[in-house]
Amino acid sequence: MPLLNNHIRKEVASTLADLPNPVTFKVFTQAFECQYCKETRELVQEVAALSDKLTAEVYDFQKDSQVAESYGIDKVPAIAIIGAKDYGIRIYGIPSGYEFGTLIEDIRLVSEGDSGLSPETRATVAKLTRPVRIQVFITPT
Amino acid sequence: MLANQLAVESALITSEMVEVIEFPHLANKYEVMGVPRTVIDETIHIEGAVPELMLMAEFAKLLPG
Repeated sequence: MPLLNNHIRKEVASTLADLPNPVTFKVFTQAFECQYCKETRELVQEVAALSDKLTAEVYDFQKDSQVAESYGIDKVPAIAIIGAKDYGIRIYGIPSGYEFGTLIEDIRLVSEGDSGLSPETRATVAKLTRPVRIQVFITPT
Repeated sequence: MLANQLAVESALITSEMVEVIEFPHLANKYEVMGVPRTVIDETIHIEGAVPELMLMAEFAKLLPG
């Protein structure tokens, strides 16, 4: 039983039809004791199947701990969304409801590799001299 | 979404979206009462959706000098 129904699949496929560049999802799951690992993996695999520009790679948080570490993954389920390079975008927990829309927007953002931010914001950000970690806490809606 | 745009803009910025129901210890640690809650570098906390201008005002605190 797929998580995405036909209607949503068609809509997402059409939204992602003209992606300029490939995007890879690195999904980290765990065999036991992870509430939404299976659903997160299935969701990402279903989305990846909707465009030939998308690839889903599945890793086990424990068995592939070196890969997890190299992507800074410290909990599961986790998704790293990688484009021409790793922009540092991660999702922890299942992106369902409203956040499913964010996931689809993230795919386009990473594929295009352009932030789309205002010139003022770009100028401010360019002045950074050290790493900055932004965490956005959300709930499924 | 804004956080993700910033991550694309700067190699120094990482953006993590965390679903708090699945990670209650983090909800507790970061005192998440309502969502979205944005936490920058453990020090700056912002409640609710953050417009670009407001986030940049906060960001200015992170800049050198």
